[in-house]
Amino acid sequence: MDRDAILRKYPPQSENLLALLHDLQDARELHYLTEEDLRAAADHFHLPLSFVHGVATFYTMYSLQPRGRHVIRFCQSPACHLMGGVSVGKTLQKLLGVDFGETTPDHEFTLEMSSCLGVCGVAPAMMVDDRVYGNLDEEKVASILESIRREK
Amino acid sequence: MSLFRTHILVPIDESTVQAGVYSVKKALEKELEKRNLSQEVKVLESGTVGIIGKGVILVIYPDRIYYYNVSEGDIPLLVEEHLVKGRIAKALEHSAAELSGGTKAFHDMGARKEQSRIVLDKAWKINPEEIDEVLAAGGYRALEKVFTEKITPQGIVDEITASGLRGRGGAGFPTGLKWKWAAQEPGSTKYVICNADEGEPGTFKDRLILEGDPHKLLEAMILAGYAVGAQKGYIYIRGEYTLSIERTEKAIEQARKYNLLGEKILGTDFSFDIEVKKGGGAYVCGEETALIESLEGKRGNPRVKPPYPINKGLWQMPTLVNNVETLSNVPEIVFHGSSWFKGFGTEKCPGTKVFTILGHVEFPGLIEVEMGTPLREIIFSYGGGIKQGKRFKAALLGGAAGVFISDKALDSAMDFESLKENKAVLGSGAILVMDEETSIVDMLFSILKFFAHESCGQCAPCRIGTQQLLRLCYGIRERGGSEEELQLMMSLCETMLNTSLCPLGQSLIMPVKSALENFRSEFLNKPKRT
Repeated sequence: MDRDAILRKYPPQSENLLALLHDLQDARELHYLTEEDLRAAADHFHLPLSFVHGVATFYTMYSLQPRGRHVIRFCQSPACHLMGGVSVGKTLQKLLGVDFGETTPDHEFTLEMSSCLGVCGVAPAMMVDDRVYGNLDEEKVASILESIRREK
Repeated sequence: MSLFRTHILVPIDESTVQAGVYSVKKALEKELEKRNLSQEVKVLESGTVGIIGKGVILVIYPDRIYYYNVSEGDIPLLVEEHLVKGRIAKALEHSAAELSGGTKAFHDMGARKEQSRIVLDKAWKINPEEIDEVLAAGGYRALEKVFTEKITPQGIVDEITASGLRGRGGAGFPTGLKWKWAAQEPGSTKYVICNADEGEPGTFKDRLILEGDPHKLLEAMILAGYAVGAQKGYIYIRGEYTLSIERTEKAIEQARKYNLLGEKILGTDFSFDIEVKKGGGAYVCGEETALIESLEGKRGNPRVKPPYPINKGLWQMPTLVNNVETLSNVPEIVFHGSSWFKGFGTEKCPGTKVFTILGHVEFPGLIEVEMGTPLREIIFSYGGGIKQGKRFKAALLGGAAGVFISDKALDSAMDFESLKENKAVLGSGAILVMDEETSIVDMLFSILKFFAHESCGQCAPCRIGTQQLLRLCYGIRERGGSEEELQLMMSLCETMLNTSLCPLGQSLIMPVKSALENFRSEFLNKPKRT
C-alpha cells in the first residue's frame, strides 16, 4: 500500500497517530519511518512535525533509521537473563557481526534488545519479525538465522 | 449436527506455534481422514492450557488425557492406539514405536493439584475464534442475565463491591470502589479502558487470557460500560502481542455481528462499542495515565495525579481503567453472584489469581489458583519443583518491580495481605524462581538495566536515579561492594520513592531493598569469577 492509501485509512484524529506510524513503517521493506513519512503524518493530523517526531522516537517499536529486512528483538528481561540469555545474546552478536542496535551491512538483519516479550515460559526468547522463538541456545539461534536466510 | 465421540483440542499459543502445532494438526486431520474417523473425532483449536515449553500439546476429551511434545511422526501411532484401539498410546509397552513426547491425565496437570479456574474457565475448552462455541460454553450469559432480569447499573456496582474483587494488575485496589466512583461522575461521556499493556518482566497472564478467551473480556467491558454509564471502551494491547491483537479484533468483529456490541445492544437502549489500540513498545505505558496519553496519540509520559483518571482521564473525561485479569472476573461474579465468588480465596482477598511460574522450575507456565495458596505449593506442586533437583534459593515475586524473597518466606500465602506481612508483594503474579547457583547481584543488575532503559525520562529522580543505581550495581557486580555503596543505593531508592512522578521510579525500592536485606552478604563479598 502506498502512503496516501494508508493515510486515507485513518480519520484525522490524533489518537490514530500510533496506528498510522505502525502502518507506514510496516509498509517499508526496511521497517523504518522516513522524514517524509513523519511530515505526511504531521500534515494529516494537523500536528507540528516536532510532535510527531517526539512520538516516533519515544516508542521502541519505531525506527527512523533503515533497518534490516528482518528485525530481531532479543529479550533481555530478568527471566531470560536468568535462563542463560547473556551467552545467547553474545552468540547472536558474533553470528551477525553486529552489536545490539545495529544492522548487518547486507540489510538482512537488525539486532535489537527488547524488554520482556511475555514468553517467559520458554526463556531465553526472541522475536524475529512476528515470530517468537524460545528455549534458545547457541545452536538453535544459529539454525534459526540459517533458515531465515534460506527462506528468501 | 453429527455427534462426535471424541474431541481433540489443539491448544494454540506461542509456545505451541513455535513447536509446529499447525503441521501436527494437519497431519492429525489427514490421519483421521485416512482412517475414516473424521465423522467421529473432532479436532478443535483452543486457547492455551497453560503448559508452556512442552512442545505441541493435544488434549483428548472425554478421556481428559493430554499428550505433550507431539511431533508429526507420532500421529499415526497416536491415532492407531488411542482413537482406534482406545488405549493410551504410551501404555503400549510391547510396541516398538514410542511417542517422542509423553502423556498425562489432564486433571493432574503433571501429577499436580487441580486448579480453580474462574478467569480461565473456558480458556482450554473452546476455540476463541468462534463466537458460537463461546456462546455454547456460557459466554455472554452474565450480560443476558443483566438484561433479562433487568438488573440496574447500580445493582452491578453493588455486586462487584460485595464480591470484594481487587485489582489484579498489581495494586490490589478494590474494584467495586473504582466502579462506584466512575458511576457517580456526572456527564454522559465516559470511557472504559482495559489495560492490556502487559510489560512487567515475567508476566504473560494477560496475553494468555486474551488469546484463550477474548470474549470474556469483551463481555466484562460491556458490563462495566453499562454499570458506570460509558459508551466506548478501549483495549490497549502491547504492540508485540501480535496474536492477542488479532484474536481480540476478531472477537470484536464477531460480537458486533451478533449485536453484543454496537447500537442498542440486544434490543435494549444501551449502546457500547470497543476498539483495540496497539502500543508502541514502552513499559511505562502500563501506568494508567501514561497509557491514556498514549491512547490519545502522544508520548507515553505519565501525568501528575491528581486528577485521577476516574475524574479526568481520556480526553479529560471520567475514565475507568482496569486490568485484563480484573475485568475477566466480572462476568462470573455477575452471573453467579458475589457470595459464590467469595467462596474462593481468603476473606480479604476473595477469588483466584493467575500466576506465571518461571525460571528454574520443572514446569514453567501459568496457573490459576485460589488466592492465599501457599507459595511453596505453587513452586513445588504446580511448578514441579526446582529443575535438575537443585535447591531453592530465591524467588522474585511480582515482576521486575517486585520483591526478592528467600526460603524464609516460602510458606507465606499468596494474597495481598499475607504477602504484605512478609514484606513482599503479589504484584502482577509473576513468580521467578532461582536455584542455589543464581547470583542475586547479577539478577538485580539485570533488573536495574531494564529500568534504566524503560525510564521515560520525564522526571529527574527516575531518569537519573535509574542510571546511578545501574552504575553502582555494575561496580558491585564487578568487584564487590562496600557498606557505603549499599547505603547510597538505598538512599537513592528512597529519594526516588518520595519524588518520582509515577510508580516506575517509586517502585524500584522494592527489588533493591529486598535484595540488599535478604542477600546482603552477596553484595559485600568479592564476586566469584567463573
